[in-house]
Amino acid sequence: MKDDTVKLDLKPGGPATERPISIAIVAMGGQGGGVLTGWIVDLAETHGWVAQSTSVPGVAQRTGATIYYLEMMRPGEGGQKPVLAQMPTPGDVDVVIASEFMEAGRSILRGIVTPDRTTLIASSHRSLSISEKTAPGDSIADSSAVTDAIGVVARHEIVFDMNAMAVQNGSVISSAMFGGLAASGALPFARDAYYDVIRKGGKGIEASIRTFDAAFERAVKGDETPPVASSDTPLPVAILPERLRDRRADAMLTRLRTELPAQAHGFAYLGLQKVVDFQDPAYGDEYLDLLCDLARRDHAANGDAHGFEFTAMAAKYLANAMTYDDVIRVARLKTQSTRRQRVADEVGLKDGQILNTTEFMHPRIEEVASVLPVGLANWLKSRESLYAWLNRRIDKGRRVHTYSLVWFLALYFVGGLKGMRRKSLRHQTEVAHRDAWLADASQALVKNYALGVAMLTFRRLIKGYSDTHIRGQSKFEKVMQATKSIAERDDAPEWAQRLLTSAIKDASSDDIDGTIKTIESFTRA
Amino acid sequence: MAERSFAKEVQDLKLGEGDQFRGEGILAITKALLQSGVAYVGGYQGSPISHLMDVLADANDILDDLGVIFQSSASEATAGAMLSASVMYPLRGAVAWKSTVGTNVASDALSNLASGGVTGGAMVIVGEDYGEGSSIMQERTHAFAMKSQMWLLDPRPDQECLVNLIEKGFELSEASNTPVMLQVRVRSCHMTGEFTCKDNKRPAFTLQDAMNNPKRDLGRIVLPPAAYDHEVEKIKVRMPTAIDFIRDQNLNEVFGPTGTDKTGKTGLIVLGGMYNSTIRALQFLGLCDAYGNSRVPIYVMNVAYPTIKSEVDTFCEGLDAVLVVEEGQPEYIEQSVTTVLAREKRPTMVHGKDYLPMGGDYTAAVLTDGIGRFLEDHEPKQLGNRAPVPDPVPTLTSPVIDRLRDVVPARPPGLCTGCPERPIFAAMKMVFEETGTHHVSADIGCHLFSILPPFNIGATTMGFGLGPASAAAFNVKGAKRSISIMGDGGFWHNGLTSGIGNAVFNKHDGVFVIVDNFYSSATGGQDILSSRAQNKRRKTNNSIVDAVRGIGVTWVRQVDHTYDVTRMREVLNEALTTDAEGPKIIVASSECMLNKQRREKPKVAKAIKGGKRVVKEKFGVDEDVCTGDHACMRLSGCPSLSIKELDDPLRDDPVASIDDTCVACGNCGEVADAAVLCPSFFRAEVIHNPTGWDRFRANLSGSVIRYLQSLRENRAVRFEDQTT
Repeated sequence: MKDDTVKLDLKPGGPATERPISIAIVAMGGQGGGVLTGWIVDLAETHGWVAQSTSVPGVAQRTGATIYYLEMMRPGEGGQKPVLAQMPTPGDVDVVIASEFMEAGRSILRGIVTPDRTTLIASSHRSLSISEKTAPGDSIADSSAVTDAIGVVARHEIVFDMNAMAVQNGSVISSAMFGGLAASGALPFARDAYYDVIRKGGKGIEASIRTFDAAFERAVKGDETPPVASSDTPLPVAILPERLRDRRADAMLTRLRTELPAQAHGFAYLGLQKVVDFQDPAYGDEYLDLLCDLARRDHAANGDAHGFEFTAMAAKYLANAMTYDDVIRVARLKTQSTRRQRVADEVGLKDGQILNTTEFMHPRIEEVASVLPVGLANWLKSRESLYAWLNRRIDKGRRVHTYSLVWFLALYFVGGLKGMRRKSLRHQTEVAHRDAWLADASQALVKNYALGVAMLTFRRLIKGYSDTHIRGQSKFEKVMQATKSIAERDDAPEWAQRLLTSAIKDASSDDIDGTIKTIESFTRA
Repeated sequence: MAERSFAKEVQDLKLGEGDQFRGEGILAITKALLQSGVAYVGGYQGSPISHLMDVLADANDILDDLGVIFQSSASEATAGAMLSASVMYPLRGAVAWKSTVGTNVASDALSNLASGGVTGGAMVIVGEDYGEGSSIMQERTHAFAMKSQMWLLDPRPDQECLVNLIEKGFELSEASNTPVMLQVRVRSCHMTGEFTCKDNKRPAFTLQDAMNNPKRDLGRIVLPPAAYDHEVEKIKVRMPTAIDFIRDQNLNEVFGPTGTDKTGKTGLIVLGGMYNSTIRALQFLGLCDAYGNSRVPIYVMNVAYPTIKSEVDTFCEGLDAVLVVEEGQPEYIEQSVTTVLAREKRPTMVHGKDYLPMGGDYTAAVLTDGIGRFLEDHEPKQLGNRAPVPDPVPTLTSPVIDRLRDVVPARPPGLCTGCPERPIFAAMKMVFEETGTHHVSADIGCHLFSILPPFNIGATTMGFGLGPASAAAFNVKGAKRSISIMGDGGFWHNGLTSGIGNAVFNKHDGVFVIVDNFYSSATGGQDILSSRAQNKRRKTNNSIVDAVRGIGVTWVRQVDHTYDVTRMREVLNEALTTDAEGPKIIVASSECMLNKQRREKPKVAKAIKGGKRVVKEKFGVDEDVCTGDHACMRLSGCPSLSIKELDDPLRDDPVASIDDTCVACGNCGEVADAAVLCPSFFRAEVIHNPTGWDRFRANLSGSVIRYLQSLRENRAVRFEDQTT
């Protein structure tokens, strides 16, 4: 800019004027942004600075995003008070404190984080937005976009999970953010001054100071724990155990190791355990039979060149298909000892306290009939009035007190029906569906390897219970039929992927229908 | 009891002469009222005035000591009409509300008040922000001030100025027999600052004095021919008196070079509330320092209406061009200044909306651009070397930001954790899944969040308490019945008559849901007529059901526990299908969870500490039962119900998860049951300080359970590594 000054034949407009230090706190309602704002104002005022904070209460308190803004400056000569602004100006903010990671991202989009002046202090934890939660599958925003942006736009950054740190130290996130601010050196005040401000508050002073200190150290020293691999990375090559203590398990492991390509070992081993846990070792053998058959097809389709992705995906999705959600499975899971322990940990159960749980179950005749042997189930279904009469007795919400003797025995009994599961109507239905699905995928594999793999992944759409399960199945059918209609096209795998993504992201199935319309338009052409 | 307590802060209201006050704008306003010797105060909550009402409520003892009557008005119309106490008597009074919505409601009273005029100082404090924080963000209270001829004060965001203007405002009102409006912006209401106090004043003339010596004057009543006289009086007497007062008391201010120092050719005419942003813009342009020492002359209109001709004339003397800085449209002040200068045939050009945007917030960035271009055209040498102004554009145009734009999700506000309104909308959504959607008229209040994801219910909102009224036209037998929703706040504000009474009288066939959460919740939990708490200053516990029956409703159902989703759904279905004539009223009652928790949490903690048997509940999700479909999310949106990634490579989709903020309202479980979703949800009940019987039972069942568990688990095939 100096060069420009020389070129202009105008006198400078005035001396460069000092501006106040500006701090924006971006938060969600109820995250203690107000407390933090109060602390910072107090900090400035006790040093004889003039400080002013503003906020917009109202709907933002109800979980929406909001900004607290404050400015501080020394009084002028003769005690002249500075005129302080009430809103941040993009490109002119010294410190941005974000209490959540996507809110840090939003502050960047507002333009209040700029490389020439902004210190960004942000907690890396996520509090998911409603759109991320309501998608019928994984729709969580990609945090790496924020990380990358911070690297480019912030002058200094202090980023770590302040929420976890606060919880660990028995305090709230505002204390951790205050510690981060102190460590950043963005304000010309000593560490002790921060303590004084916290001590003036009424409650939880010790926990606040503990958290403040932990955050300060963490901000100064940086991260000492090694980075955790992101969940998107492919499964690392599995290290299978040498030998298993249980003879039957060991036999299955040996078979898995010798008959399946190494690339599929990881999923197959996990899948095998899941299937055996669901039913019994014989069911594990069935899983391996099916999988080995698919592996042979994979070999024939030159799977070697594709890293045997088909077998690996089959190992994953076949295990899920075989462990369908029926009442027997639910009853077994609810009565496991590990389940009680998990709940106890979750509620922080202490000695001398008693834990009970109440389940919200709503069985219908469909669920009951489906565990009956095929013949009996079909007979029952053919007797419409009996079926309806039974349903009236069964179809209602039940509050099941899991750890009361009566209810536990009832659940335990249902869980014990596992022995007759493979004869049940549900099993018959599941097997038929499974076989058709595998046949479709295997057929596609022959001509288009990627398409075969894509068809295996469609299995992801089938999940849930009752109506949800039916919706999932109809989505699966839609996606499968549409894909089959264009199976001859080279770009079929891309379309398959697109269909699957729409089905996962959108609960209303408008997106899938849109994609299917597009597909239909070029199959007709 | 309101959401935020000011019990500690209100002690500062007792500060006396020479003391230094430090705190939020709303407290400064209250202190100014007390220093002005008000006799009565009223108002209706709504941001940013909610907290002012809370301050007044918390300060009730202090008000009592000073002999000041404080009322929580039933509506803004009530508050406006309350000012009639100042018509005949030398009583100072102030009322407050959110504007422009509240001013709409109060307009009838204000027109009458402004016509007859006042004897005692009457002030309306309106919380307004053209833009941010407002409901109808594009309207200005300025229009109301002009049409009723009430003086409009818009103080510079500085507490010293604000307090002074309130005190002077009462004098102005009395001098000109005209009610005065004072507008404060959201951020000014919650802005911290300081000022030097005066002693509080007891009203010299009290309400008791007035009541014991009643006075009347036909000339003050709005009836012809008096009304014609009022118009003449407004023009010939009140306006000139006000102008003289405003000028003599220097309510408007001039900053920057004056007299012989004023050598420049341009100036700024700035509305009081715009001052701080304007100074920051001038600073960016290198024309001002941080303390407000400006090189450009600035005329600050702390009085937005009326315009003081002589002041404008003097300010513009010697200037080629002035720029008027006022937010929003139409550009009332720019027009007014133009008229003043044109009538006097002055050479000064008036600019405003030709350099600044017609709509939108005037942020420092917007003003920097507009003022910069204005100076570039009319006095470029002021801009000197054109110092670089803050510019986020290079940052915002980098590719990494483009990617970020696609990633950052919207974060709309929603119902709080455990909100009793969630199950109402969950039930309605389930009903719609069976019957198809119905026309839904929404209202103002927390329940309006139903229009956002995940519920997406509600087609229109026509104003507070007007949900039922806005379904008035949809009264056709045989069509799918319309549903209207209204909160308890809106119901008592006007909905009982405008909505329910109207529906009874016109034999409306629709369904009307009244959401009764025991408070005016959206504005911060103030008590209303049907609040269940005992309030020593107000009469609460007045039944909504009785009220609607009293007005003639015959079909009414009360659901006393909204969390019973199944029941809620049954009642909705019944209302939609019954053959009963006339409006079908559903009163859905459960306490606002924010308020309930604030009350109950300390009690529970104390009971546990005291060794009493307490059952603490929390909901959870069995992660291996949950399949990750998130159907429950689409019927909830609860902040404590979220999703988490599992550490299981076989599973693709994250599963539901409930965090520690769960208050065990039961919605998750009820919805899972009513919608037949899945058996993943459970309620964990922890008995603190169990009794001997509790322990006996738990030991008995526990030992059987553990035996059975080990029986089954020992039989299972395990995949244990032999080498470890």
